Amino acid sequence: MIRLGDIAHGRSGDKGNHANIGLIAFTPAGQAYVEKEVTAEKVKAYFHSLDPDKVERFALPRLYAFNFVLWNVLGGGASDSLRTDTQGKALATALLEMLLPDPINLADMLPPAARE
Amino acid sequence: MSGIPDSIRIGNGAGFWGDNLDAPIRLAEKGALDFLTLEYLAELTLSILAHQRRLNPEAGFVADFPATVARLIPILKTQPGLRIVTNAGGLNPAACARETAKLLAAAGMGGEKVAWVSGDDLMPRLGELRSAGERFRHFDTGEGLNYFEAAVSGPGSGAGSARSGEGLVSANAYLGAAPICEALDRGARIVITGRVADASLTVGPAMHAFKWGWEDWDKLAAASVAGHLIECGAQVTGGLLSRWQTVPDYAHIGYPIAILTAKGDCHITKPEGTGGVVNRETVTEQLLYEIGDPARYHTPDVTLDFTETDVEEVGKDLVRVSGAKGIRPPATLKVSCAYENGFAAKGDLVVSGRDAARKAKATGEMILDRVNQAGLPLSRKYLEVLGAGATLPGVETQPGELKEVVLRISVWDKDKKAVERFCREISPVITSGPPGISGYAGSRPKPRPVLTYWPTVVDRDHVRAIVYVRGAGELAS
Repeated sequence: MIRLGDIAHGRSGDKGNHANIGLIAFTPAGQAYVEKEVTAEKVKAYFHSLDPDKVERFALPRLYAFNFVLWNVLGGGASDSLRTDTQGKALATALLEMLLPDPINLADMLPPAARE
Repeated sequence: MSGIPDSIRIGNGAGFWGDNLDAPIRLAEKGALDFLTLEYLAELTLSILAHQRRLNPEAGFVADFPATVARLIPILKTQPGLRIVTNAGGLNPAACARETAKLLAAAGMGGEKVAWVSGDDLMPRLGELRSAGERFRHFDTGEGLNYFEAAVSGPGSGAGSARSGEGLVSANAYLGAAPICEALDRGARIVITGRVADASLTVGPAMHAFKWGWEDWDKLAAASVAGHLIECGAQVTGGLLSRWQTVPDYAHIGYPIAILTAKGDCHITKPEGTGGVVNRETVTEQLLYEIGDPARYHTPDVTLDFTETDVEEVGKDLVRVSGAKGIRPPATLKVSCAYENGFAAKGDLVVSGRDAARKAKATGEMILDRVNQAGLPLSRKYLEVLGAGATLPGVETQPGELKEVVLRISVWDKDKKAVERFCREISPVITSGPPGISGYAGSRPKPRPVLTYWPTVVDRDHVRAIVYVRGAGELAS
């Protein structure tokens, strides 16, 4: 198994009670693998304990990127939520811990510095 | 000052109220800027400022801004082309402008013009807007506020707020770049707004400099992307980067500069000799920050389509961003409201020793049980065992045996007394609960009034921005 964070990077933030995670593959090969393996359904299941209403995935192909929008996932949002992470700051780091099956072409997916 | 420049440099020295106070000074010193922007207003900042203005009618703006201007004065003198655009005006842009003008006048810069923009604050106009058919329904849920719709009950229907509008603390429309551009056209050295879209702080200077048409959507899109990328300050120069280990010299992180050309090209960079980095990774992460559908990112000036955007490294700490498309924005403007909604408090205790996580949970339950026994049941309560994956419960894999955790208990209730009782119930557990509890040296927590965020929209024809431009000397006297 590999970590999603081996082949992609990302950032998360809030909009009211919703959160988004921008996920960017390091390479086109990684982008193709993420497209297949990291679906909206899989991300919704991964964060099921936070009970998002729905998860949408949008593609930004030229950036090797996907934007995931997690609806009503922040327990009320910035002022109302009783959680420590009221703004979804921890979501991206958590998503990058997702385990994926070993791809056959892992070397083509790693960031430039890690390939040297 | 005549003619249209080939390019302009816009630096953003503040990404929120509370950002590094030295950043704007360093950026202005080293950035060779035409415009310095300073962004201070998060979603709920205006409701905090509303509270301050209630205590003092001359308050209600971000006081960090005049303090920053005082430090920028020597730079403004040696860089006569440098102009400042900020949303520091908050709920009281006029008072912020007077305070700023006094500083300029006292420094012998009374001839400089200071501008402020009003019209975003809808609180004085709620009755008029209701008569005009505005309903302020919640952006996502469609629920109504009592003030606008007595028949509809929603989260805003606290007894105090029913029909009166009482309880509503702030209601601000997001203005666009037009009033900022007008203020600069009229010669303002410093432009102070209340709520404007963050990206408009960048679009305004671009429209002033390049005289693009207000329906030249792709150029507005290019400037808006630039604004979106720099609005959070150091988040595009290495802040938050997933591969944070690759960021050089975080401690001296440089703040971002957007270089825009008259043709609509956009580059992101930072001053030479500063820490941090601007590369494909930093720019792409920030491009996706807090967006929804990338084909429809709304601002008051233009609706952006990021889906064909390209990000390429063209030099050291120099990244070109291209391909953003723009279309006409909606006929409505976003409005951020906030209303008073009960009280919250949180208390932390450090729990150590064998079985720390289980012990922490039991301790938290004891405290909440005791508040209940006092006859003051809390409507909402939440226990977190920090160290055991509590920030994302059920998501992060659980670590094994923990010898030390932080117990955090958070509660909310309409009744301040119940929350106060909770605050008093934390320290007794230190002698009447399990052993190994420390970290209670801080003072007893206090109930904080909760301001609930209520996003809505208003017809843009119902909002009028007004631009005031005055000489600093005149304004100061």
